[in-house]
Amino acid sequence: MGANCKQDCLNLSFPATQVQASEGIAILSARLEKHGLPESKADDVRIALTEAINNVVEHAYAEISPTDIRINCSLCAKELIVQIFDSGDPMPGLRVPSSHPAPVDTDLENLPEGGFGWYLIHRLSSDIQYERKDGVNLLYLRFNFDTPH
Amino acid sequence: MGLSSGTTGETQVISVHCDRIDAARAIQFKEAMRAETQTGAKRIVLDLSSVEFIDSSGLGAIVASMKQLGDGQRLDLAGPRPIVEKVFRLTRMDTVFRLFASLDEAICAGAD
Repeated sequence: MGANCKQDCLNLSFPATQVQASEGIAILSARLEKHGLPESKADDVRIALTEAINNVVEHAYAEISPTDIRINCSLCAKELIVQIFDSGDPMPGLRVPSSHPAPVDTDLENLPEGGFGWYLIHRLSSDIQYERKDGVNLLYLRFNFDTPH
Repeated sequence: MGLSSGTTGETQVISVHCDRIDAARAIQFKEAMRAETQTGAKRIVLDLSSVEFIDSSGLGAIVASMKQLGDGQRLDLAGPRPIVEKVFRLTRMDTVFRLFASLDEAICAGAD
């Protein structure tokens, strides 16, 4: 994260509920574009960010009352770094889930209605890291601007 | 969930009047689609041109909407914006649905 990166204007917190996450992500996506996120990357970032935050809402807070999800962004010339903090339950096995997409070569009745989230995050981001520290989950996503998807 | 429906020839067109189909709206969307598709129309085209964003939950809701159709009914999709089309392409759901660039194209193509 260099000194020329934009940070403060791109931090956001919202309660870990689906409705507030939906609004929060829309606001953050608009701000990132306004502050120079390349248009060619805007869709990838929004998709991956949404899937990452949906996972937090649906899994980390599945058993407990929602608290705030905090997102810090650092928008640099050649990359965007997004850090997502939450106080929900840890990821199973304390690691980032793998990225096998749900297969679609199947009968209508067996078509998957989910199971794409982590695949999309892996596919659209350049690096993913996860750590659990002092009861807080940190998911780190990096998007390089020179990698087309 | 804002949906509206009309019939053009033998095709029922359902238009989505909502800028997002995401985790916060997926269940409402699926239920609204169930209500709209009770007509028994053989072919239904879902006009997505107003939808600015979809996530995997919204995608799942569209798949569920297709599964809950009656026998002999089919669902095609029209007018996806680039980000919506990208989610279909990355998940390979573009191989499951017929996606038309515009509603006009979908109507002209008919059910074949």
